Amino acid sequence: MNNLIISNVLRFFVLILLQVLVFNSFNFLGFINPAIYILFIILFPIRRERTVVLVSSFLLGLFIDFFSNSGGVNAAAMLLIAYLRIYIIKFIHGSREYDYALFNPRNLAIGKLISYVGILTFIHQFTFYLLSNFTFHNFLDTLFKVIVSSIVTTILLVFSVLLFEKKK
Amino acid sequence: MRFIIYILQKYKFFLIFAFLECLALLFTIQSHSYHKSHFVNSANAITGGVYEQTASIQEFFVLKEENENLANENARLKNIIARITSEKDTTSFTIRDSIYYQEYKYTVAKIVNNQYTKRNNILTINKGRNQGIREDMGVINSVGVIGITKEVGAEHSTVLSVLNKNSRIHAKLKNSLHYGTLLWDGEDYKIAQLTDIPRQAVFKIGDTITTGGKSLLFPEGIPIGVISDFKYDNNKYENIDIALFNDMSALSYVEVVTNLNKEELEKLEEENNNE
Repeated sequence: MNNLIISNVLRFFVLILLQVLVFNSFNFLGFINPAIYILFIILFPIRRERTVVLVSSFLLGLFIDFFSNSGGVNAAAMLLIAYLRIYIIKFIHGSREYDYALFNPRNLAIGKLISYVGILTFIHQFTFYLLSNFTFHNFLDTLFKVIVSSIVTTILLVFSVLLFEKKK
Repeated sequence: MRFIIYILQKYKFFLIFAFLECLALLFTIQSHSYHKSHFVNSANAITGGVYEQTASIQEFFVLKEENENLANENARLKNIIARITSEKDTTSFTIRDSIYYQEYKYTVAKIVNNQYTKRNNILTINKGRNQGIREDMGVINSVGVIGITKEVGAEHSTVLSVLNKNSRIHAKLKNSLHYGTLLWDGEDYKIAQLTDIPRQAVFKIGDTITTGGKSLLFPEGIPIGVISDFKYDNNKYENIDIALFNDMSALSYVEVVTNLNKEELEKLEEENNNE
C-alpha cells in the first residue's frame, strides 16, 4: 500500500518535469506537444474514494499551467478526465460486474487498452484546445489539431504503459 | 438537515469535481483577459528557477549564433559612434537633445522559457522587480521587437509576445511615417499583421516596418519586419502581412526598455484628458 503511494507521488513530480522540460518543446509538425502527463491518471489505482484522484490530478494540471502560463486549461482538462475515467472503464468493460480495485491497465487486452487511453486522451485534448483557443472561430482547424495530437499522444501513452510493464 | 447531508454524501465527488472545475475555468477566463493580473503565471521562484536551470544548458548550443548577433550589434554601435564624432568635428553642428539627455534605459535579460506554437504565447525572462522591471515595458533585441512585460515577480517576469491575441504594438512605415497597429492572427509565427493603416499611405512589398514614436513603451525606429504581402480592396488596405525580422523560435538575450519620461508623459496626458 505504501509502495503504491510512493510510486504515485514520484510519478506526479517526474511527469511534471518531463512534460514541462521535454514534451512542451516537442513541436512535432509545428504544433504537437504530446500530453505525457495523462499517464498519471491512466496508471492511478481505482478506488471507491475518488477525492484523492480528483484533487491530485487538478493539482498536476495546475502545476503544468503555472509553467506554461495557460491559466487553468491543463487543470480543467485533467480534472474532467479524472472524473469521467470510471465511466469510461465501465463503458469499455461492458455491463458485467467487475472488481475495479484490481483494475490495472497493464493487464488489459491491447484493443481495450488503446480505447481506454484513446478516449481519455481525446476528451483531454478536446477540452485543452477549446479552452486555450477560447473561441469557436476556425473550429474545423482546431478539431483537426485535436485529432492529430490525440493520435500522437495515444500512441506515446500506450507505448509507455507497455514499456514499463512489470513482469509477474 | 439530514436530507442535505444525505445529498452531500451522495454527490460528494460530483461537487468536488464541479468546484475545482469552476476554479480552473476562472483561472482560464482570467488568463484570456489582458487587463486582469493573472494568478497562474511563470514569474514565480519555482517555475522561474527550473526554467533558468534548463536555459543555461540550452544556451550552450546557441553560443555561435549569439556571438554573431553580438558582433553585428557591436559593428552597428561603432558606426553610430563614428557618425556622432564626425558630426562634432564640423564647425557648426546642432545639439541633439537625445545625446545629452537620456530618454531610455536598457536592461539586459535572458529568455528562459520561449513559446511560439500556441495561439497566445508568453515568454519568461530572468529579471524581475528587484532589477527594476515593471509591468508594461517594451522588450527588444538587436534584431527587432519581441513583446511587452506582463506579470512581474521578484526575480522573473513574463513577456506578452508579439505572437499573442492581446498584443497590440504601435508601428509605422519607415519611409512614409504612416502609423498602424501590429497584430497576430495566430497562423504562422514568422508572419504578423498590420492594421489601421490609412488609405492614402503608399507602400510596396519589401518596405520596412518599425516601431512608431507615439508609444511610451518602445523608442522610435526599432525594426519590426518587412511587408511580405497585402491586398488593396474597396479603396482600403486589407491583410497586410509582415515578415518579422526576429526568429521568434530562437530567442536568447533581450533588452527591456525603461522609458525614463513615462511617468511625466502619462501625467501630462491625464491632465489633458481631465480638462
